Amino acid sequence: MLTILFFGHLKEVLKTESIQVDLAVNSDAITTVSKLRNMLQSKGEMWSEYLAYGKALVAVNQEMTSDATVLKEGDEIAFFPPVTGG
Amino acid sequence: MSHFTHISVQIQDFDFAHEYQKLRDSNDSDGAIVTFVGLVRDTNLQQSVSGLFLEHYPAMTDKVLNNIVEQARDKWQLGSVSVIHRVGQLHVSDQIVFVGVTSQHRQSAYQANEFIMDFLKTQAPFWKKETTAQGDRWIEAKVSDLKKSADW
Repeated sequence: MLTILFFGHLKEVLKTESIQVDLAVNSDAITTVSKLRNMLQSKGEMWSEYLAYGKALVAVNQEMTSDATVLKEGDEIAFFPPVTGG
Repeated sequence: MSHFTHISVQIQDFDFAHEYQKLRDSNDSDGAIVTFVGLVRDTNLQQSVSGLFLEHYPAMTDKVLNNIVEQARDKWQLGSVSVIHRVGQLHVSDQIVFVGVTSQHRQSAYQANEFIMDFLKTQAPFWKKETTAQGDRWIEAKVSDLKKSADW
């Protein structure tokens, strides 16, 4: 299982705070952040728009990372807009 | 007392004088303290703002702030470092963030303080939503902030 979290604007437009995703659904295994992003983007128009590469940043296990990152069982993946603290 | 690193993400306000005193009391070898405080402004993008809601990603925020302070300590010879960031509902003129740095001489403290703020603004997972007469809106990240942290 992967735990996917959404923050900020994304959480509101997707009306989702967190979801669980199976790492291996049939033959189409989610091996990388990039594959996970594509899978989530297929969930609907808003998902496709707001999770677009470059628009939503991604962290794996609380570390900002790139789409090439390989995922493993139990990872926590967060998608969020560019940060605006301070 | 000795040099410390203090990082806190909190709902409650902080007392500047108290935080300053803790930095001052932490040692007798540092001759400089530089502090920065960020406040909620009453205007943004030509619209009047009545408040701000700050959200964060708790598990990640601490890691990132600690990492930024470690990077600053690698670059400059620092004494004590204190970073406090508030979350939740804030109002106009409320304090948002405190960064305090001590060092033997002023230059390291000035630079490290600015470095920590620049990276906090582009790396730490906080998001601001402001309240205006026209409704609530999420603040968008500024390209100028990204450029500033890239300059280091």
